[in-house]
Amino acid sequence: MEVRSMHFKARAGAAAADKALQAKLSTAKGLFVEGRKRAVAEIDLEATREASKAIRDTCLADLDVWLERFEQEATKRGGRVLWARDGAEICRLVVDIARRHGVKKAIKSKSMLSEEAGLNAALEAAGVEPVETDLGEYILQINGNEHPSHIIAPAIHKTKEEVAELFERVHHRPRKTDIGEMTREAREMLRAHFLSADMGISGGNFLVAETGSVALVTNEGNGRMVTTLPRVHVVITGVEKVIPTLEDLATLMRILPRSATGQTISNYFSVLTGTKRPGDTDGPEHHYFILVDNGRVGLVGSDFQDMLRCIRCAACMNHCPVYQTIGGHAYGWVYPGPMGAVLTPLYVGIENAIELPHAATLCNQCGVVCPVKIPLPDLMRKLREQQVERGLRPWGERAALRLWSWLARHPGLYALAAKLGVRYLNWLAEGEDRIRVMGIAPSWTAGRDFPAPEGRTFRELYKTNRRDR
Amino acid sequence: MSSRDDILKRIRLRLGRTEENAAARRGAIDAVLARRAQGPRPAVEADLVARLRGRSEALASTVEIVERIEDAPAAAARYLAAHQLPLSAVAWPQLAGLDWVGAGLQVECRAARGDDLVGITGVFCAVAETGSLVVLSGTDTPAANSLLPETHIAIVPAARIVPGMEEVWALIRAECGDLPRAANFISGPSRTGDIEQTLVLGAHGPYRVHIVIVR
Repeated sequence: MEVRSMHFKARAGAAAADKALQAKLSTAKGLFVEGRKRAVAEIDLEATREASKAIRDTCLADLDVWLERFEQEATKRGGRVLWARDGAEICRLVVDIARRHGVKKAIKSKSMLSEEAGLNAALEAAGVEPVETDLGEYILQINGNEHPSHIIAPAIHKTKEEVAELFERVHHRPRKTDIGEMTREAREMLRAHFLSADMGISGGNFLVAETGSVALVTNEGNGRMVTTLPRVHVVITGVEKVIPTLEDLATLMRILPRSATGQTISNYFSVLTGTKRPGDTDGPEHHYFILVDNGRVGLVGSDFQDMLRCIRCAACMNHCPVYQTIGGHAYGWVYPGPMGAVLTPLYVGIENAIELPHAATLCNQCGVVCPVKIPLPDLMRKLREQQVERGLRPWGERAALRLWSWLARHPGLYALAAKLGVRYLNWLAEGEDRIRVMGIAPSWTAGRDFPAPEGRTFRELYKTNRRDR
Repeated sequence: MSSRDDILKRIRLRLGRTEENAAARRGAIDAVLARRAQGPRPAVEADLVARLRGRSEALASTVEIVERIEDAPAAAARYLAAHQLPLSAVAWPQLAGLDWVGAGLQVECRAARGDDLVGITGVFCAVAETGSLVVLSGTDTPAANSLLPETHIAIVPAARIVPGMEEVWALIRAECGDLPRAANFISGPSRTGDIEQTLVLGAHGPYRVHIVIVR
């Protein structure tokens, strides 16, 4: 997917002015936030978060040997394990597999890596019809390959009227107004694809090293269709997704659906191992894994390794005041919200996503709800530091900081500057308690007022109070 | 260099891996795999039937409890009649021994196809903690029967209800040795919230799940 994160400011500005978008986001927020709160109350949340973090850390600390083990066990059971360095290689491998097995149509269950790679375009170019089957992803695909704006609720930015109009236009059926009827119409459209596809493509929530299995979490049942009906199944997933045992899977499954949608368990949870067995009436004859780097390996052993624990639940964005206001599209790539603000610069280059680590209030709501205890605000702060170290900040900011640091080393001048500054601000306030337009930084006051100084500077007050004693 | 070798080489470099410590770490992961440590688990009441029933109903499934396995076909027929659903169904070949005709049902024991409306299955086991049915793929237990039809009826022997997911893995290891191609956990009818986050039952899988627990 093309990276548009450089345009964050402009897109965030437009989104912040979009009242309809905020109404949709606020409904979703209520559901996800309240749902999670209820669901986590049933478990020992802190102990489960600590255990989940430990499971992910165990694998990241010895990622090479865990991956070797996973590959060994998956191969033993009839799976084929392939590796991709980047998105282009994912596309090449999937197209090769499609050609080898004479595939005309590929049905897809949600895979964010397929978004990273722009896989649908590559499949179409190779003459394979890709069909997204997650309802949200399907809505976006038939709307001219629109991008998702949330990792688990991809069409969160659409109203039912927009969907009704889209379905009428694309399905050539009478317009529906009821969400249940619209869902049935999509079901009927997609059922035909499920039954006729040659290849299923899915992501993977976890890879289990013990058994060489992939674990898939879905609600609609499309994940099961995609991995049961076609004769070829391709799993595309990041190298960081490996976990040791089925017991670890049980632990993580107590916290993933709860953190994501507030469910105690997702409707469907499938553990898939190898190919169709002799005598089986369903299941794929060919089972491929594509284990992907695409920037992940660079995080191993770095200051940002904690980010690789992420299990893609979306709790961070569901709880983020910034995401709540601007939605997912403004972030400009596959991953929005706090996890996107950290992952995007790390995967596409810090210089290509300058604003994202600043798209935060550092309130740490994301850190508090993260099921694997990723310190998201700390990582954003580290990215900000790297921007400064690499000289990537705008010249005005750099000059201002240099001036401030020089002043701070000269206390007399600092006091004088503060005094003049207060006078200047009081002059701007024109006798009011607030400044409506800040002359030297007008964008600061574009959306809010700046409080006028109360009177004397801290140093002046300090001096007086000491004398009083 | 192949992508595999390149990716693994870079991971090793970043982890400071050497020939010596690689061998040690391989031993360490064997120990983790052998230990199969469990994480913290929520308390599950001793009455597993009641827990499964309560959880399943909360997930929008319906539940009936019968005394003997011979009563299951009649329970299925009652459910279908009460909901004005077709009295014909496809069932797992494993359930061919039950008297479906005697219950007034027309049942074919085979894998479901795209247009079958009612699917009847057993379970490998069921999980009380979450209200989940566990079905394993196999010759006599096709995965499609719990997925393609609009109505799914599952027969669950009470003795096969286990407290949590950990017990499911233990049971599979003990009875099957290795995992089957697909171990599916089903918790209520298929659902979606993708349009305006409004919950709708019956996305791609069944609209209805009816559970017949056999004491």
